[in-house]
Amino acid sequence: MNSIRLVNDDLRPPEPPRRHLISIADLTRDDVERLLGTARTFESTLDRQVKKLPTLKGHLVVNLFYESSTRTSSSFELAAKRLSADTMNIKSSGSSVDKGESLKDTALTLGAYDPDVIVIRHPEIGAPQLVARVTEAHIVNAGDGKNQHPTQALLDLYTIQQDLGRLDGLHVAIVGDVLHSRVARSLVQAFDLVGIRCTLVGPPALLPREMPAETTTDIGVIRDADVVYVLRMQQERMQAGANYVPSLREYTARWGVTPERLRPGQKVMHPGPMNRGVEIDPLVADSADALIETQVRSGLVVRMAVLYDVLTGGPVGVQALAAAEVA
Amino acid sequence: MLWIKERPGDDLVVRGARVVDPAQGIDAVLDVRVDKGTIAAVAETVDANGHRVVDGAGLVLAPAFVDPHVHLRTPGREDEETLASGTAAAAAGGYCAILAMPNTDPIVDSAATLGSLADTAKREAEVHVGFLAAITRGQGGDELTEMGELADAGAVAFSDDGVPVVSAGMMRRALQYASTTGRPLALHCEERTLSKGGHVHEGRVAAEFGFAGYPSVAESLMVERDLSLAAYEEQPIHLLHLSAAESVAALRRARGAGVRASGEVTPHHLCLTDDAVRSLDPNVKMNPPLRAERDRTALLDALRDGTIEAIATDHAPHARYEKDVPFEAAPFGVTGLETAFAVLYTRLVATGALPLATLLERMSAGPARIFGLDAPRIAAGAPANLVLLDLEREWRVEEGGFRSRSQNSWLLGESLTGKVALTVAGGAVVHEG
Repeated sequence: MNSIRLVNDDLRPPEPPRRHLISIADLTRDDVERLLGTARTFESTLDRQVKKLPTLKGHLVVNLFYESSTRTSSSFELAAKRLSADTMNIKSSGSSVDKGESLKDTALTLGAYDPDVIVIRHPEIGAPQLVARVTEAHIVNAGDGKNQHPTQALLDLYTIQQDLGRLDGLHVAIVGDVLHSRVARSLVQAFDLVGIRCTLVGPPALLPREMPAETTTDIGVIRDADVVYVLRMQQERMQAGANYVPSLREYTARWGVTPERLRPGQKVMHPGPMNRGVEIDPLVADSADALIETQVRSGLVVRMAVLYDVLTGGPVGVQALAAAEVA
Repeated sequence: MLWIKERPGDDLVVRGARVVDPAQGIDAVLDVRVDKGTIAAVAETVDANGHRVVDGAGLVLAPAFVDPHVHLRTPGREDEETLASGTAAAAAGGYCAILAMPNTDPIVDSAATLGSLADTAKREAEVHVGFLAAITRGQGGDELTEMGELADAGAVAFSDDGVPVVSAGMMRRALQYASTTGRPLALHCEERTLSKGGHVHEGRVAAEFGFAGYPSVAESLMVERDLSLAAYEEQPIHLLHLSAAESVAALRRARGAGVRASGEVTPHHLCLTDDAVRSLDPNVKMNPPLRAERDRTALLDALRDGTIEAIATDHAPHARYEKDVPFEAAPFGVTGLETAFAVLYTRLVATGALPLATLLERMSAGPARIFGLDAPRIAAGAPANLVLLDLEREWRVEEGGFRSRSQNSWLLGESLTGKVALTVAGGAVVHEG
């Protein structure tokens, strides 16, 4: 008797969960492979003469940036435009944030325009979740505090896969200021998801305790890696008195990524912006084995894929693209 | 000194409840009669004498609870809590007495401020309320408060809660001078050069999410310093809201060596670990932070064996808009008065982790003993301070259900077992649930 349910309840279609990209931890391996596949499809459109696709025509993408950004904000904006979405860019300076408006109130205000996607970068962990709670938009995290930067991790996976032909079984060494790096946190989870072994290398105070990955202070181990991923030394965090390291000079001497510390042909990545001569030797940054510009190019197609994926919830087929082009 | 609103004592009979008063070794089904607010008879059967009779069958009657650590936000933030709302919340939680911390605005560091609070309490307090005064002026850590005058004005103890007494030299002077007042120091132990900027326990969750860590050693190092000073000066200290296994170990060692030190633990540190922070819910953000499972277990062991004598809610009301922000931007603190017994019963007693008698003792006689208060007890001649508990009743913690002016509970939406059916404080029925 207890199992009888009203027929109407069964017939009502279930509300599909709103799709966000807030943390790599929310993704499965299948999700990652679908996103990378979609990005490859979009990449194939990049060398056409007319680069714009009508796929997201009529959709509104709001870029809400509470921290400075060049590559992330520009690539999200271009990704949305390439897909024919309308875009609105809000920066914290020069907006009501300057007047002390809370994140919740700003989100409610923007929510009143019914945006389809809000791309948010914020200095505080959990800001994307708050915006997801108070608006109806799909949320894409473009960096929250030191927590997550999921599109960076995805574009890095994409870059590695394009260049090395695979992901599974590779070994990546991440070098530098892991403590303050949201890129490192997203990468650790993303590498785990796709079967990449990951080693974190840096000075003791910049390696968080109980990080779920191998950690070492020995820069020598980077020679064993297939890819050396160099993190930016965040100079604003290295002020005198912080004493994470005695000086940037000493950091460079002991943990800087130089040609001498690499094997010939070893691939090098960096999320940017770089401090040449601090964490990375200019010779390394400019060498043919550096994938840094490829990363930027990957950023565009991966962000196109992310916008497409959260809004449509499925893989993009070549056929679907072609049909869209006709329309 | 404690204050409560003047009220005539009630006449009441609680019939057939299981009377549990651990401090007196009572655990039996008995009748209790209260005449004009004083317990008149405790026996297998008592005459009703025409009093109102409450059927206690299947319920537990215990000495009402004492909370040694609440924030009533008055003066200064009456939008968050007042003496009236905070003591009503206490009554709903089964408390007959609560002690309020002095980190208000202005800070309770003068007899004048304390006197005005006492006047308000005499008008508004539903249950007994006592006040701690600051150790240093403005809790600035530089100058001692006039502890003698504050004690004469009724300060129960001294505390700079919310901030540590940074200087060891100042702490020593405070211990020396407080001895002339007979009042203990209640200490918030935090070495701020280690905890600075930290939002959550420095462990797995902080590493994964990128939170600045607030390590255990930031607490235990200061605990060790203050225990050493207390031992040297031979003065009593009380350690507030302990959170770390190392702090507990230090307290146990010091007590073993004869130091007059006591400790308290909150319901949230007994029930949660930093795993809860994965939700990013600002209502699991508190100082000290939720720590690892080994810390939680150590706190529970210490509560069981009496190293920790008191459960304190550290009831810390915050306005909704202050908590409706990303985790790192939110203030520390959660409410607790109205849920403390129910959550501890549900999560610890009903699961067999803690005997009921121990919980009742640590919520009543234990904290009273530390602060030199008359412990509530169930005995003829004692003032009636009673709580009647329905251990079977399930209820849901809901935003609309609080007497407190604030709703920043970590238990919103949770179902709990065990409800306060009746609270008697100062001889009067102050809550029926």
